[in-house]
Amino acid sequence: MADEATRRAVSQIPLLKTHAGPRDRALWPQRLKEEYQALIRFVEQNKAADNDWFRLESNADGTRWTGTCWFIHELLRYEFRLEFDIPVTYPDTAPEVAVPELDGKTAKMYRGGKICLTEHFAPLWARNAPRFGLAHLMALGLGPWLAVEIPDLIGKGLVIHKERQRDAAAE
Amino acid sequence: MATVEELKLRVRELENELIKCKQKQCAMEDALHRPKIDKMSAEVVDSNPYSRLMALKRMGIVDDYEKIRTFTVAVVGVGGVGSVTAEMLTRCGIGKLLLFDYDKVELANMNRLFFQPHQAGLSKVEAAEHTLRNINPDVSFETHNYNITTMENFTHFMDRISHGGLEEGMPVDLVLSCVDNFEARMAINTACNELGQIWMESGVSENAVSGHIQLIIPGETACFACAPPLVVAANIDEKTLKREGVCAASLPTTMGVVAGILVQNVLKYLLKFGTVSYYLGYNAMQDFFPTMAMKANPQCNDHHCRRQQEEYKKKEAERPKVEVVVEEEEVVHEDNEWGIELVSEVTDAELQAATGIVPDLPEGITVAYTIPAEDTAHGETVEETEQSLEELMAQMRKIVQRSQVVEGLSAVWVIGTEHTLTHLQRAGQKNLGCTGESKEIDTRSY
Repeated sequence: MADEATRRAVSQIPLLKTHAGPRDRALWPQRLKEEYQALIRFVEQNKAADNDWFRLESNADGTRWTGTCWFIHELLRYEFRLEFDIPVTYPDTAPEVAVPELDGKTAKMYRGGKICLTEHFAPLWARNAPRFGLAHLMALGLGPWLAVEIPDLIGKGLVIHKERQRDAAAE
Repeated sequence: MATVEELKLRVRELENELIKCKQKQCAMEDALHRPKIDKMSAEVVDSNPYSRLMALKRMGIVDDYEKIRTFTVAVVGVGGVGSVTAEMLTRCGIGKLLLFDYDKVELANMNRLFFQPHQAGLSKVEAAEHTLRNINPDVSFETHNYNITTMENFTHFMDRISHGGLEEGMPVDLVLSCVDNFEARMAINTACNELGQIWMESGVSENAVSGHIQLIIPGETACFACAPPLVVAANIDEKTLKREGVCAASLPTTMGVVAGILVQNVLKYLLKFGTVSYYLGYNAMQDFFPTMAMKANPQCNDHHCRRQQEEYKKKEAERPKVEVVVEEEEVVHEDNEWGIELVSEVTDAELQAATGIVPDLPEGITVAYTIPAEDTAHGETVEETEQSLEELMAQMRKIVQRSQVVEGLSAVWVIGTEHTLTHLQRAGQKNLGCTGESKEIDTRSY
């Protein structure tokens, strides 16, 4: 079960109404609008709660998304690029979020840097399809993954803060 | 010091040498390759690669084995199961194989069959085609190195399923799903429902100790979206299953077994012998093989599945009823000293129950999760907006710019964030993934 803070954050993300994937030419633009509305609301909420942690944007037809996410560990900010495609079966299946620069650094990842979500995620998504959108994917998929993996990777020295890396190189 | 001219000459010499080497190597490889065989022969000689297969006819197992050369099979996913599946079909002399996979061969794949260490780095479809062509040059190959779930590739994938047969323009005879993820299975399901394409699904569990195969006839049997994913219960307590630091385990044995039962079902289906299984599970822990059949769900989420069901119903109604009288030959053993009897694991009544709308699953098969019956979710939904998509995209981008300004004041901001993030962190360590009661909807067994 999620903790109180996550639960509250997720419950504030508006649910989506349009059941349409990218192959549905007529309804996909409407779904895309709803995705953006929910994402904007989620990001603004995060900012208001002093917990801003990702940005996302898409190509014109909304099938490919790119952005950044960041994680604060011991007062240092670690930033990562993130990307994913909207599968033809969306929103019945969730997109596979990738953090390419971490590829090969953790076992909790499939090739290409696709993050390996907990066994709870797929059922949760399926139960709430098509009302869950990309904002929910961020909140319940990527967020918890980063919270577990990044401190571990930093601890193992597999992720090094960019400025420290530069300092080390300068010495 | 050599002059430029001398170096140029040397380069030309080396180039010529390289060409000669390549030619020699090609000649050697050609000598190893057998020529194509026009017609399968049943002659039992050491040099006939089909003699043992054609013997199936003499033994009365298969009526017309040569027919295998007229079939086209598409294998989606050329990993642990797909590569072995493709090899078996190649050795059986299938007419044409279409291979789809976006992945590369990695050393981490070496616990599975088929691929070899020297192929690391090559695309799986390219490496597979090379090996398979060597094994049996009579088979036609078509390979596609892409991810079928993205928009562009999916359209091409659908086109090849419907036109990539042995005779160009004709559909393939069968699609085999040997992929390792839910998204790709759903994509294959979507394509096959739309095209009315018969396919078989296969899978191995992430803990490597169970697997299954399933025959899907759109409109007739349950499609992949008709019910939540089915799983073969491995009778392992989930609590004792450790997932720390790993995504999935795999065994060459389980994958080989699943590829074997998959291709067996393919051969039985294409060459019409024995009983074709609708669903066959494999539980490696107890060596238990549950079977069942499941009808399509009239409330399936996929509207093409529902359309296929309507068409199937119409076809069934039009078909003249023929009383089939099956004469069963009773197998009688001379004596049965120990009183050994065979007892079917699935009774007719059980099978009947399992083919209803509600999948009453037999022992050993469960659903991965359940889906709520009714859309009873309450919670705020997105509001109607006057803004256009472009305006919303621009608004989203504008927030990005604001955040970059904030970064300058990081000290205060960072401390705040650190504090709030610890909540997330704590949640994450508990394998977070559920929204909690507020959104948890009453679940019901399908």
